[in-house]
Amino acid sequence: MVKTKLAPQLEINLPIVFSAMSYGSISYNAFRSLVQAAQEVGTYCNSGEGGLHPDFYPWGKNIIVQVASGRFGVHPDYLRVASAVEIKIGQGAKPGIGGHLPGEKVSSDISRTRKIPEGSDAISPAPHHDIYSIEDLERLVFAIKEATGYEKPVSVKIAAVHNVAAIASGAIRAGADIVAIDGIRGGTGAAPQAIRDNVGIPIELALAQVDERLRQEGIRHRASVVIAGGIRSSTDVIKAIALGADAVYIGTAALVGLGCHLCQKCYTGKCNWGIATQDPYLTKRLNPNIGTRRLVNLLRAWGLEMKEMLGGMGVNSIQSLRGNKEHLRAVGLSREEMQILGVKLAGEGW
Amino acid sequence: MKKIHIHEEYCIGCRLCEINCLVKHSKSGKIIKAFKEEFPRPLSRVHVEEKGYLSFALQCRHCEDAQCIENCMTGAMHRDEKNGAVVCDETRCVGCWMCIMSCPFGVVQREKKEKRIASKCDLCGSDGEPACVVNCPNEALSYE
Repeated sequence: MVKTKLAPQLEINLPIVFSAMSYGSISYNAFRSLVQAAQEVGTYCNSGEGGLHPDFYPWGKNIIVQVASGRFGVHPDYLRVASAVEIKIGQGAKPGIGGHLPGEKVSSDISRTRKIPEGSDAISPAPHHDIYSIEDLERLVFAIKEATGYEKPVSVKIAAVHNVAAIASGAIRAGADIVAIDGIRGGTGAAPQAIRDNVGIPIELALAQVDERLRQEGIRHRASVVIAGGIRSSTDVIKAIALGADAVYIGTAALVGLGCHLCQKCYTGKCNWGIATQDPYLTKRLNPNIGTRRLVNLLRAWGLEMKEMLGGMGVNSIQSLRGNKEHLRAVGLSREEMQILGVKLAGEGW
Repeated sequence: MKKIHIHEEYCIGCRLCEINCLVKHSKSGKIIKAFKEEFPRPLSRVHVEEKGYLSFALQCRHCEDAQCIENCMTGAMHRDEKNGAVVCDETRCVGCWMCIMSCPFGVVQREKKEKRIASKCDLCGSDGEPACVVNCPNEALSYE
């Protein structure tokens, strides 16, 4: 038993957490599937920036709520009910620009959850208008910690960009208990295509750099690192953990588990599978009980595959793999890429 | 007694329950033959009610205090002892339609076979789960 008094922690049965997808961008039934699956598997579901519908309060122990630049639906109960609070500074799919939920998706329920007029576009500004420096971020982190009685960890989500290591270091020094890094391949319902495909850096490079920088500065133990953006299989999870992540966020993979066909028409609000829509004709196509079963099946399968891979590596716990780059070898990468990743070429020994 | 429960919030109005009910109650039990070769065509005992985006599959509720049993003059409409379902004995039915008159849900229909008889949900006999429940793609019907 650890006798040291620890900062508030989140305990997960599997190093996979459902990424931030707001109620609004996805349907009630899709959100319900995610929270129910998170509870069943023993992990967390991020609420996204769109507030939390009161129906989901009973699942609060498995929900991470988000405070983003739009501050939609942020109120004391919202912060109190969750098990962690995440401040969204950036998003991998659109670093440096805010969110835009089309007015067609803002139904009466969503307008009540987000506290905005029905049918109006929900626009999150690009910056938090009260955060222009690390010191400002520290004030918000501690404001949230005060509001939640220092009982819940506070996460800071940033996009993977060229100076991500310095930003992550600043976020931890500002009091973040978790740093979430979102890479360029992060999915989104609505972002300009030019930004989505071109702004940001791949998450592997960002993660390796952040882990290295935090170790050099001696603050790696002060926060967990969660990564997101392009996690598509259990092998991606294993690679991410070996590169230094504590857990990963999955968004698109979870939606594919729910039935998403990646038709990329989320922004129209006419999702055929009842996931990224608020049309009552379409949302009922997704039965949350079926969705929950599919998601639990996905996570269970990934968990078993990961255990197989750990067995293959001769590692008996996932903690032993974290940041253990000796278990990784590179094939087909340039010397610079290997240097940034801190990974040796295949064939090189210990 | 196990009953068919309707979850209207997940019914997408695809009417697969109607098709599977019809096939289940056909002579051949085959979908193509039931639709193309059996005359008169067998009737589906479940019907999808629809208004706007609300839809649900309605079949006999197998009421505890069943008016159709009360009002059946020949005793054809009776309660199955095994599964508690309200069923119609076709040999005794004379087609007076008192069951149709008295059913509060409107789920009994006229059927013309050798003679006029009342046709209604029989919970698919005692073959486990009814066909409509088994074949609902979105689990909008459950049998419990």
